[in-house]
Amino acid sequence: MKKLRKLYERLTEGTLFLCGNITGIAILLIVLFLFREGIGFFGRNSVEEGYVLALNRKNPVNKLSSREIKDIFDAEITNWEEVDGLDREIVLFRLNDITNYVTEEELGEEFEHIPECIAKIIHDHPDMIAFFPKAYLTENFSEKVLQVERIGLLEFFGGDEWMPTATPSAQFGILSLIMGTLWVSFGAILIALPLGIGVAIYLAEVANKRFRNFLKPVIELLAGIPSVVYGFFGLVVLVPFVQKTFNLPIGETGLSGSIILAIMALPTIITIAEDAMRTTPLAMKEASLALGATRWQTVYKVVLPYSSSGIMAAAILGIGRAIGETMAVLMVTGNAAIIPHSLLEPLRTIPATIAAELGEAPKHSTHYQALFLLGVILFIITLIINISVEFVKRKRV
Amino acid sequence: MINVENINFYYGKFHALQNISMGMEANTITALIGPSGCGKSTFLRLFNRMNDLIPDTTLTGTVSIGGVDIYQKNVLVDDLRKRVGMVFQKPNPFPKSIFENVAYGMRVNGMNNKKIIAEKVEQALKHAALWDEVKDKLKKSAFAISGGQQQRLCIARALAVEPDILLMDEPASALDPISTSKIEELMFQLKEDYTIVIVTHNMQQAARVSDHTAYFYMGELIEYGETKKIFTNPDKKSTQNYVTGRFG
Repeated sequence: MKKLRKLYERLTEGTLFLCGNITGIAILLIVLFLFREGIGFFGRNSVEEGYVLALNRKNPVNKLSSREIKDIFDAEITNWEEVDGLDREIVLFRLNDITNYVTEEELGEEFEHIPECIAKIIHDHPDMIAFFPKAYLTENFSEKVLQVERIGLLEFFGGDEWMPTATPSAQFGILSLIMGTLWVSFGAILIALPLGIGVAIYLAEVANKRFRNFLKPVIELLAGIPSVVYGFFGLVVLVPFVQKTFNLPIGETGLSGSIILAIMALPTIITIAEDAMRTTPLAMKEASLALGATRWQTVYKVVLPYSSSGIMAAAILGIGRAIGETMAVLMVTGNAAIIPHSLLEPLRTIPATIAAELGEAPKHSTHYQALFLLGVILFIITLIINISVEFVKRKRV
Repeated sequence: MINVENINFYYGKFHALQNISMGMEANTITALIGPSGCGKSTFLRLFNRMNDLIPDTTLTGTVSIGGVDIYQKNVLVDDLRKRVGMVFQKPNPFPKSIFENVAYGMRVNGMNNKKIIAEKVEQALKHAALWDEVKDKLKKSAFAISGGQQQRLCIARALAVEPDILLMDEPASALDPISTSKIEELMFQLKEDYTIVIVTHNMQQAARVSDHTAYFYMGELIEYGETKKIFTNPDKKSTQNYVTGRFG
């Protein structure tokens, strides 16, 4: 009997041990996977796989950055001099331009002569930059294959263009996404923090017990609504409202996202701040009141200072909620990957980008890895937030 | 000074104080004694309307201080509490410096003059016999001093508002004998300027410090009179049993 019980206890202990470790390992594996996929992004180049850029042999330019390539093909750069070449006009060549240079007969019945034709065209045009599939590169290609600079940290974090599917050279600048995320989160916290702390003070210090018992579960219910429902609400109600109120061409703006996020962050802020305020010892409040302080003086001279670390934690967790939120923001912010100059412009956040694009990105492509790197950045941001919450909480108890 | 007439007090349906009438003179110490739960703390907290904070309570009868019914509609509670200071059972300083603890009452009452505040803080700390012990560490946290010192700090904090009446709810129950005797000494000195009402569990303390003693039992005022008489020759048998320690 005794032995059986001992065995049973051992078994329970073992099971619990396993549960803990499996969870821990699973989390670590996810993080590891995220980092492995994300880090691979650096060192890739931005030209679509299976394609090459070629120049005439006499062209002194050997290497271009992805930004320069894009500008060249967008006709923003029209002279080789701008990219350290000779003072000559750039001639663009894409595969479908080929009939401008050669006749269909020359291409052959099955287009089997395309590689030779391309080589010849490049040879004949010293100022040409050509973009075509690698398969059309002749084996003894005597012209120059352009090298593309690898994507560096500065280009990734400092670039303001996010065009992951642009040809010939995709752009992976995430500055606009980071700015979008910060703008929306900042706007959200600007709305949610005063409101949340106000409600928390009301619940903790003013509301009578019956009303509090009604209001608190309702607020906590807010946290349980799926974010897509918030997004739907935002799209149908908030977006037209913002559009009308500010007389904008479109209502899908950072402000709409901020408002939705503020509503979603409110339960977190209210619950945590209110719990912190309620831990203020009654003796402390009584001491203040007994000295002739009014209820409000007691709130801001005793209750708020006493619960300040809890309120800080509430604010930071609220920001964390806002930064990581995906669905609702995706639906109401307009998803324009441009650096916003005000909250009344469409913008795009990091999580929304991942959600919207991962389905279209071919596995292990540069785009795919760029999205994982965005995930890593998001992970690091939220990690910093969580660590700072711990720090704030530990500071004073 | 304080006059109570036909008080009845209820926590919800619980009848905590039953038909109590008594008066207290200025510049005296009145001790409220009785077993736990007899209503003496509730009674004490009527005088600065601290019971208002507890939801679902009812009061009938009148409590008047200096001839004014303090439960009248036009009485401002925070003004009342400036005139009726209170010291609690456990030392409850604010998580602020020693100086700021004493200055708190003046600050919430709109005093901004730094010089006057500093003067009054010193005066209050001297009055509470704490000045010599803390004058070099006024900027230190109030939690850095001993429990007995903290309680005297709370007394100083109450005195700094310059009340007429000082309510003390078992002020020495959480303290060691030496701190207790210091607080008792202090009460003798304070009597000259203040009217003091003290709740205590400690019979010797009541006998030592008070001029009048009121014995409460089960929400009723059993006997009220001069301390000497209560402790040596009470009218009621129940009082005698309690003060001699046979019960309670």
